[in-house]
Amino acid sequence: MPQKGRTLAERILAKKALKDIVVPGEIVTVQPDYVLSHDNSSAIIKGFKKMGAKNVFDPERIVIVLDHVVPAAAETHALSHKEIRQFVSEQGIKHFYDINRGICHQVFVEEGFARPGYVVVGSDSHTTTYGAMGTFSVGIGRTETASVWALGEIWLRVPESFKFTLKGKFKPWVGAKDLALHILGKIGADGAIYKSIEFVGPLADEMSVSDRMVLANLSAEMGAKNGIFYPNKAVKEFLYERGIEDIEIFEPEPDATYEMEMEFDVSQLDPLVAMPHSVDNVKRVDEVRGIRVDQVLIGTCTNGRLEDLEIAAKILKGRKVARGVRLLVFPASYPIFLEALRKGYIETFIDCGGVVMNPGCGPCLGGHEGVLAPSEVCLSTANRNFKGRMGCNTAEIYLSNPAVAAASAITGYITNPNEVI
Amino acid sequence: MKLVGRVWKYGDNVNTDQIFPGKYTYTITDPAEMAKHAMEDLDPDFAKNVQKGDIIVAGKNFGCGSSREQAVTALKVAGISTIIADSFARIYFRNLINEGVLALTIPGFSNMVEKGDKIEIDLDNGKVIAKGKTFDFPPLLPKMQEILQAGGLIEYVKKRLEKAL
Repeated sequence: MPQKGRTLAERILAKKALKDIVVPGEIVTVQPDYVLSHDNSSAIIKGFKKMGAKNVFDPERIVIVLDHVVPAAAETHALSHKEIRQFVSEQGIKHFYDINRGICHQVFVEEGFARPGYVVVGSDSHTTTYGAMGTFSVGIGRTETASVWALGEIWLRVPESFKFTLKGKFKPWVGAKDLALHILGKIGADGAIYKSIEFVGPLADEMSVSDRMVLANLSAEMGAKNGIFYPNKAVKEFLYERGIEDIEIFEPEPDATYEMEMEFDVSQLDPLVAMPHSVDNVKRVDEVRGIRVDQVLIGTCTNGRLEDLEIAAKILKGRKVARGVRLLVFPASYPIFLEALRKGYIETFIDCGGVVMNPGCGPCLGGHEGVLAPSEVCLSTANRNFKGRMGCNTAEIYLSNPAVAAASAITGYITNPNEVI
Repeated sequence: MKLVGRVWKYGDNVNTDQIFPGKYTYTITDPAEMAKHAMEDLDPDFAKNVQKGDIIVAGKNFGCGSSREQAVTALKVAGISTIIADSFARIYFRNLINEGVLALTIPGFSNMVEKGDKIEIDLDNGKVIAKGKTFDFPPLLPKMQEILQAGGLIEYVKKRLEKAL
């Protein structure tokens, strides 16, 4: 048995590498439980073929979700989708989700692929999202994904871990997004480069799956290899509801070694925004109140879940989107869309003047469905505000939680929700 | 092996959208075309003037953001042989090695050189020579060296699959 406690990253990687103990810096070769990819699967297929590979390592452990530009916006996208469907059929890939399912990270969790103790790699930087469920999940590139398809294994460097203790209670209209932005403002966009962030503490224990997903998702923006939580009651219930009962429950080992420890009390946290053009350029909404917006985007793999739509609908109900402002709403998946429809949120969005779009990435990466014109300003609930990100390099992107986004859609400028409620 | 190249210098947190804009990710598939848009939103002169063998020297967290590998392909096809940074974003670092592009982490090096400087990289001895000064870099992980020596991950896997037959 090991002499001292291990971090969650060390425990999972040791288990997958069939070792008692692994130490930061060590290189381990592991067989991932699942490999995720999306529209970029067409490029992965090309790499896979160039490698001379004939068959994927296991057609049941590859998950492909079309979400980035769905439905196809141009012939190039249509062709790429077609190539993916053909490959899926040839290889007998079991877990394929076409354009009618939602954003890959949301779908992956909803389908129960993210489980405590699993190792998942994905050809998307926000693959870190599954850390919410206690999964060690990391983003990789296209060629690397092709290599995992071919070989069924990947080498990983065991990361040093940071321990972030979360506590306190959020004020109204403040949530996980604000906490993530607060952490980003403190540690910077390279603050956790190569590290595993372990989120612990009373607030982490209480957090919903959705809130955990926000923090794990934004761990990528901190430069982290992954962000991970110990499975809590919400995670167990989420999996039980999907008929998944055979799960390994990890408890923290108190004497584990962390490279850095920080504590975050959310009780005094105010709604925050990330200013153009970097996610760590964080200010309080009240400091920047009044900045005019042309477009408001509610959705994405960061904040397009039912709880986010509920918050937005509460603020927007019976009100109107300001003249000259475009409100775009993208539910993160079809189950979320349907539930929002049943609960009346979709009606609220349409009544107030919003445009409700199909589940998918939308304009987040500048692909389609609401890209920006020169000098326009967008307030988005996404995770990235890089220059040019939403299709135009003179446009400006601000990031916030869904409550601030909804309030700002009503006034037409960046607004604290307390001002309109 | 020694490499000599001309420096393009950039700051901290250069992200993948600046290196290769997201709007092109699913419309441009030809590597030569990707190279024409390299660094488009950061340095419009880059794609026009870059030459084969040039070296990028950057600050911390180079390549942060998306996992999109075109951000490596675009620079590689444009002629970049090596990127030296104070630190790299991790997916980008792996993508560089997987595409067969040399990536060296030398904290503080970016303060020592200017755009247009000629620098020399002595791979065998782990040294970079710039302005008459020598900077050491630690060897890459053996696994990364194997991938680089194979000419990238595609060739590396190809050889492994051939051996397995």
